Amino acid sequence: MGCFIIPAAEAVVATIAYQVIKSKEKSAMPFKKDVGLAVTTDKRLPFSHKLKWLTNMLWGGSFLLAFEHVWHGEVIPWFPFLTAMNNPADMAEMLHEMATAGTLMSVLVTAVWACMVLITSKVEKRPTKKPTLPSI
Amino acid sequence: MTLLMTIFAAIICTILWYKKPRNDEMKISMLCLMFWGASLMWLVDAVFEYVEIGAELFTPSFADMMNDFYLGLSVIALGLATWLVILMIKDPKGVLKATLFKKK
Repeated sequence: MGCFIIPAAEAVVATIAYQVIKSKEKSAMPFKKDVGLAVTTDKRLPFSHKLKWLTNMLWGGSFLLAFEHVWHGEVIPWFPFLTAMNNPADMAEMLHEMATAGTLMSVLVTAVWACMVLITSKVEKRPTKKPTLPSI
Repeated sequence: MTLLMTIFAAIICTILWYKKPRNDEMKISMLCLMFWGASLMWLVDAVFEYVEIGAELFTPSFADMMNDFYLGLSVIALGLATWLVILMIKDPKGVLKATLFKKK
């Protein structure tokens, strides 16, 4: 009924965090005056880049889920936007769904993203292979 | 059906992205994440439905299946259209810019 609202709310928070972290990373990056380009020797992906994965998953998922709710007539383009808001019994059901399914959706997406970040970090820590000479 | 179709869309996009991971000019990764995010959310929805109605979830009526099939197609179309709009706005290859501001 309104389960997509919780991931959408998380998407808003994650997007704000992404903007803040990105600007911090930009200011922390060493700046080459004569060329005017930011240079870095770190080959790891910046955290803001990884956070973008989460925002993409949350925004994309909640957007497509919102469309499904429009399809089923649970979301309407006029006030109060959610048909469940017209009836107290439906409203209670909607809030319950948001608290259970909505929260679990957010948790699952965040958990999958955390796994992605962990795997990426492990891969980044791996020593890069040196070119070996062919054995004779 | 909607969940299955979204998962298949996500898998196809991931394969396309994997073919050219370094050259993500077409922003395929964004499309992948969008479909994967939706798939995960629908998976939770399906689990809750399974808890509620049990094995009946796997034997939907023909009308329900057709409705879900059209919904799945619409979801994929909407996802692709959204990706296309973002691609046109960001215009990573500069094609749109070059076309619009072409000197005559």
